[in-house]
Amino acid sequence: MAQAIDNTALLEKFGPHGAFSTGLRLAANVEPDRVVNTHCCFCGQQCGIQLKVKDNEVIGFEPWFDFPFSRGMLCPKGVKRYLQGSHPDRLLHAYQRDPSAPEGFRELGYERAVEQVAGAISRIQREHGPDAFAILTGASLTTEKAYLMGKFARVCLGTANIDYNGRLCMVSAAAGNKKAFGIDRAANPWDDILHADMIWISGANVAECAPITTDYVWRARDLGAKIIVVDPRITPIARTCDLFLPVKPGRDIALFNGILHLMIERDWLDHDFIQNQTVGFDKVAECVNPWTPARTAEVTGIPERLIHQAAEWWGTAKSSFLMHARGIEHHSHGVQNVLGAINIVLASGRIGREGGGYATITGQGNGQGGREHGQKCDQLPGARDISNPEHRDYIAKVWGIKPEEMPGPGVDAYEIIRKIDSGEIRGLLSICFNPKISLPDNNFVARALDKLDFYVAIDFFLNETARHADIVLPGSLHEEDEGVVTQIEGRVIKINKAVECPGEARQDWRIIQDIAAALDRPHGFTFTEPKEIFDELRTASRGGVADYSGITYEKIDNQYGVFWPCPSEDHPGTPRLFEPGSWNPVAKGAGPFYFPDGKARFNVADYTPPAEDVDSEFPIMLTTGRVVSQFLSGTQTRRIGPLVEQFPEPRIEMHPQLAERIGVVDGDWVTTESRRGDCTLQALVVTTIRPDTVFIPYHWPGRKSANQLTISAQDPISKIPEYKVCAVRLRKAERVPDAK
Amino acid sequence: MSVPGHMEFFVDPSRCIGCQSCVQACSECDTHKGQSMIHLEYVERSVSTQTTPVICMHCDSPTCAEVCPADAIKRTADGVVQSARKPRCIACNNCVLACPFGVPKMMVEFDLMMKCDMCYDRTSVGKKPMCASVCPSQALFFGTREQIEQSRPNAAPLNRFQFGNQEITTKVNMMVPATHAARVEHIDVAAALESGPTERRVALSVMDPGQQGVR
Repeated sequence: MAQAIDNTALLEKFGPHGAFSTGLRLAANVEPDRVVNTHCCFCGQQCGIQLKVKDNEVIGFEPWFDFPFSRGMLCPKGVKRYLQGSHPDRLLHAYQRDPSAPEGFRELGYERAVEQVAGAISRIQREHGPDAFAILTGASLTTEKAYLMGKFARVCLGTANIDYNGRLCMVSAAAGNKKAFGIDRAANPWDDILHADMIWISGANVAECAPITTDYVWRARDLGAKIIVVDPRITPIARTCDLFLPVKPGRDIALFNGILHLMIERDWLDHDFIQNQTVGFDKVAECVNPWTPARTAEVTGIPERLIHQAAEWWGTAKSSFLMHARGIEHHSHGVQNVLGAINIVLASGRIGREGGGYATITGQGNGQGGREHGQKCDQLPGARDISNPEHRDYIAKVWGIKPEEMPGPGVDAYEIIRKIDSGEIRGLLSICFNPKISLPDNNFVARALDKLDFYVAIDFFLNETARHADIVLPGSLHEEDEGVVTQIEGRVIKINKAVECPGEARQDWRIIQDIAAALDRPHGFTFTEPKEIFDELRTASRGGVADYSGITYEKIDNQYGVFWPCPSEDHPGTPRLFEPGSWNPVAKGAGPFYFPDGKARFNVADYTPPAEDVDSEFPIMLTTGRVVSQFLSGTQTRRIGPLVEQFPEPRIEMHPQLAERIGVVDGDWVTTESRRGDCTLQALVVTTIRPDTVFIPYHWPGRKSANQLTISAQDPISKIPEYKVCAVRLRKAERVPDAK
Repeated sequence: MSVPGHMEFFVDPSRCIGCQSCVQACSECDTHKGQSMIHLEYVERSVSTQTTPVICMHCDSPTCAEVCPADAIKRTADGVVQSARKPRCIACNNCVLACPFGVPKMMVEFDLMMKCDMCYDRTSVGKKPMCASVCPSQALFFGTREQIEQSRPNAAPLNRFQFGNQEITTKVNMMVPATHAARVEHIDVAAALESGPTERRVALSVMDPGQQGVR
């Protein structure tokens, strides 16, 4: 029913077209009507930016030097982000699927479209039950919108099935942090990087995925820090590091266990800390006992002497900062990898102080805030648990419903797709998510989407997934609304509105409320501005671990953001977690960690191989990731001309040893096959990657899509997919693929 | 309006991550909107991710100006070598060929040489140049000598370059390892060009020679 429309007329009308500066944006010395302090719309760092506005158009930017985290710095995406506005592909109307229209969609009045959405939701839920209608959301939404989406699912639709694209991003780190610390947030502000004499970076292409963090790392190096990078590729941050550990994809936990083994053997431990502030060390010590340097080297593919060197540097450091990202998290044992990283931090005792830093590098714009307030399938606002009766009672009271009316936990984003495929879920609303590109094994995803009875997509551009939709509602760009997001450090900051929505487009929260009204269930969905949603969210988060109750828009403005937890209006916020003597609502003074006894947890994290290991048929490991000029599924960045020109096409990165074996040279077309699909791209032959591994960036659709190859195996705890390793085989392509 | 003497430009290629933020931001400057004047290239991508941003070094005796038959290129008293003046430039390409750093660009569509003017519209009124403002790795740094000495004790600025027999001093500084700076008076560019990038290979013998299925 909802088969993707993919014809020339559609591409002509909806793009992607690359926008370039023209008109006022190209004219020199134009005096803007106003300059709006806000943040970049892309990654989790949320660099400060000043947007220049004239005649309701963002015409350019100025660096925002006063914002202390980024001090004017921006990556190329931030520099050109303004080109996403006033874009020729912008959805200015609602659309309805219509096979007789040349583009496959025809314009529809907004109110009529909303009525049709409400009608379809009612029909599907009446015929198949409330859970047959699912919602997929995203972590680029403001926290107000994320909160509202969770409430809309549970209160208005009464469906358990809501999940978000942070499932593809931050959930392994979140689950690991909750198991070890009882709280999911970067433990330290980024300024603490400058106080580290040892920086350990595991599975993080910092230079391309968190570019301005590079400056923090380099500043620490200038002050004498040593840098260890663990990665299958020599990324730009690894080029000049002090020690590079070329780990085999999927073997990070083996490395962490091998490091801990040596720390124990050489007594590079903080015994006081382990004794007084943690539990569970003995069991972990037992688990890492077999992880001798020889075995660690064999499993990880890292030479033994480098493992010794890393253990000695880490073990004997006086101060440190360990950071990791999707490289260790995107695995079918992603949570185990994170726990392994945390184990070596806890064993060193270097946490909860200026010289003791630990953080995951959150990926999406509101990766942190978007995972705290209830758009995850198992979660309620304030990082509460939807299965915990006390938590349900509190939130039900805030929402004015009975706890028993609230659905229980739903399923994760990929399981929603599987349930669509099996027919259990019949209807879908998506916002801020382009799963046809970003989910693994995406040919399966496309086939599942085809089966939906009804699909409504809310977006500002017609992304590849929305081409399957029955109704498309025109939502809002980042610069067309206000609200808060929480960046990489746990700092809650404010996105400010620069321009009005064009045409019939609406702010997303208004669209959701319009649907609630059309369903005749407006109770709890009559907010008139984001600040009202935020005030309710503050109440809903009060007393939870992610406590925002003391944060106000004014306070954010006055102090360039507020670090949560912030439990009262006179509380300054909490830049650094776990400081000795600190109070939290779980430990209630018993200790700095978020467990009743106030102690951190060592967790046994033993090695398991990837879900799909190489074999004689598929002998090469594929790993995927990002490039600096594109972001996620590219809905925005593939529409910004200068960013497209910077990296127009994905290439398959491989070592010359491998290239020689399959008989190709740099620039040749190579077909990569997995058990799920194939993909033909030009080779980039470089010595900066392991010879047994190839890398493809994933931002592109169709024949260029890396996720045709990837596997949908998931971590059993976090449900993150294993993007970072699957088995493939390669051959020289028989012919050059069509340009399309 | 002139660039204050205490504000200096420092380039540190060891920090560069090749992100092209400087290139993208350069085209946002009011004096050459839509055109980027920065060159950013891989040194040799097949063996390294090393990249080098090249901005105008603003020579004390600018070769570009010396070879200009139309006297279109001026160096202002603050040491900034300005882009070619439109009414004078005859698009002869002399400067493009002569500049030892390879900076000037011939913009055929405008019949005009254009190059980095250190964001004169910004720096002459006390702001930082666009590229150094946004640079995420601060490989491009605009500030005082005290700031750079304090924050980067392991590197030292050098502004003397040797190209064969030609020695050049520049307004812009290149950061080199402090140990190296103590030993040399200038950067020998011709020798550097011969040496290629500093390699860091994944030199592992991890391919099983008898491996099947690679076809």
